[in-house]
Amino acid sequence: MKVNLVKAAPWLVVAGMFLLWELICVGFEVPEFLLPAPSAVWKVGVEQFEPIMMHATQTFITTLAGFAIAVAVGLLIGMAVGSSPLLYRAMYPLLVGFNSIPKVAFVPVLVVWFGIGTVPAILTAFLISFFPVVVNVATGLATLEPELEDVLRSLGASRIDILGKVGLPRAMPYFFASLKVAITLAFVGSVIAETVASNLGIGYLMMSASSSMNMPLVFAGLIVIGVMGVVMYELFAFVEKRMTSWAHRKPDGAA
Amino acid sequence: MSFVKFENVDLAYAPGGALAIQDVSLEVKEGEFVAVVGPSGCGKSTLMKLISGLRMPSGGYVYVDGRQVGGPLKIVGMAFQNSNLLPWRTTLDNVMLPLEIVEPYRSTLKKERVRYEAEARQLLAKVGLAGFEDKFPWELSGGMQQRASICRALIHQPRLLMLDEPFGALDAFTREELWCMLRDLWQQQPFTVILVTHDLREAVFLADTVYVMSKRPGRILVRREIDLPRPRDLDVTYTDSFAGYVHELREHIGRVRAS
Repeated sequence: MKVNLVKAAPWLVVAGMFLLWELICVGFEVPEFLLPAPSAVWKVGVEQFEPIMMHATQTFITTLAGFAIAVAVGLLIGMAVGSSPLLYRAMYPLLVGFNSIPKVAFVPVLVVWFGIGTVPAILTAFLISFFPVVVNVATGLATLEPELEDVLRSLGASRIDILGKVGLPRAMPYFFASLKVAITLAFVGSVIAETVASNLGIGYLMMSASSSMNMPLVFAGLIVIGVMGVVMYELFAFVEKRMTSWAHRKPDGAA
Repeated sequence: MSFVKFENVDLAYAPGGALAIQDVSLEVKEGEFVAVVGPSGCGKSTLMKLISGLRMPSGGYVYVDGRQVGGPLKIVGMAFQNSNLLPWRTTLDNVMLPLEIVEPYRSTLKKERVRYEAEARQLLAKVGLAGFEDKFPWELSGGMQQRASICRALIHQPRLLMLDEPFGALDAFTREELWCMLRDLWQQQPFTVILVTHDLREAVFLADTVYVMSKRPGRILVRREIDLPRPRDLDVTYTDSFAGYVHELREHIGRVRAS
């Protein structure tokens, strides 16, 4: 009974939110151009299913591309920064400074360099999501127990040996945790860029819908982004559990 | 001929900084069991880093096996107070870790995996861990983890085993069990042991020779040979001669701490 409730809870909360939203819209007679009721959003979603899916696919692929680059680059920089105290000191201020720049401010620059379209969106998704990967991988590597390193070094292990046998496996829980954060950020990045500089994707769809006061379509776009974010988050949460079950063991010792 | 030899060794971790150990000279014979005791922070662990080649002395010379130490030695096994087992590897895979690094095992591991695995299982059985090979370290008790950690230190048959307070975090009964385990391993197949410890009873029970170190900067104050007959049984710890050794060492430590 308890287990069932725990499993059903997230669905109940979502259903409750939509119900409350519907009731508010109907009860207070909120005009549709301010806040469309979920039923209206649903109607638009069904009517315009094909264009929405077309734009959603574009956003999804753009996001995944940016995310993939972010993971690759993030892993590389994270490994470099995490295994060398010198690089750590040298690179961190630059990385933090760069991460502090709002990425939307960077989109116009990308447009000048690469034109309107998919490339700036991929790059924005990449730029916004690689930082958590770097930080987590670097942290996982930098917090290696010195005694363990001594054990391996006294055996004559090279830095590569230590990285491969201990450093990276040990950093994996940090890495997979960062993927969950990075994928949601990647959606933020690609949608921002599409809103500003594209004629494809959910961001563009919402922009054009709002300029014609088609609020139900705007909200349909928001919900599609939200759903894609949750699905990808859960996917990486699942992968994380499978790959690093040793780090998620139960306190009583049962695996 | 001595196996490990220190000649007037100084070490400062930062160049020109405070000395961690000062003017240490000692000699260890091959197969000898040496214990080093002293107040905390006296540079006992520094000694281990010097012998294993993880640190170069700032002054003086360190020789192991007749050669001056110039880098990591590979004939050394180490275990610490924290077992440092890797949680993503089973006990067996943890014990086999050094074989993935040290030659000649490293290059023959693929071909000879079955044989090496059998050796590792045999070693685990010797320390009472038969049946736990495929468990993960976090499924073992603290004492079992420490047994596995010592197996990992011995799997590549090092000529020198260095232990840094390996039993420090265990309860008294488990600790005495592990003393006996270490004693048996050492007596079956002699290797040289350097054991760093706070526990004077442990030092006297296990070692041939006990060195007492001073507070920082660490110097060797006393060298005491333990002339208790071997093989030693836990009963020996209740004899007068045993108590005499412990008492004598305790007085030296007391003097160090008071100074």
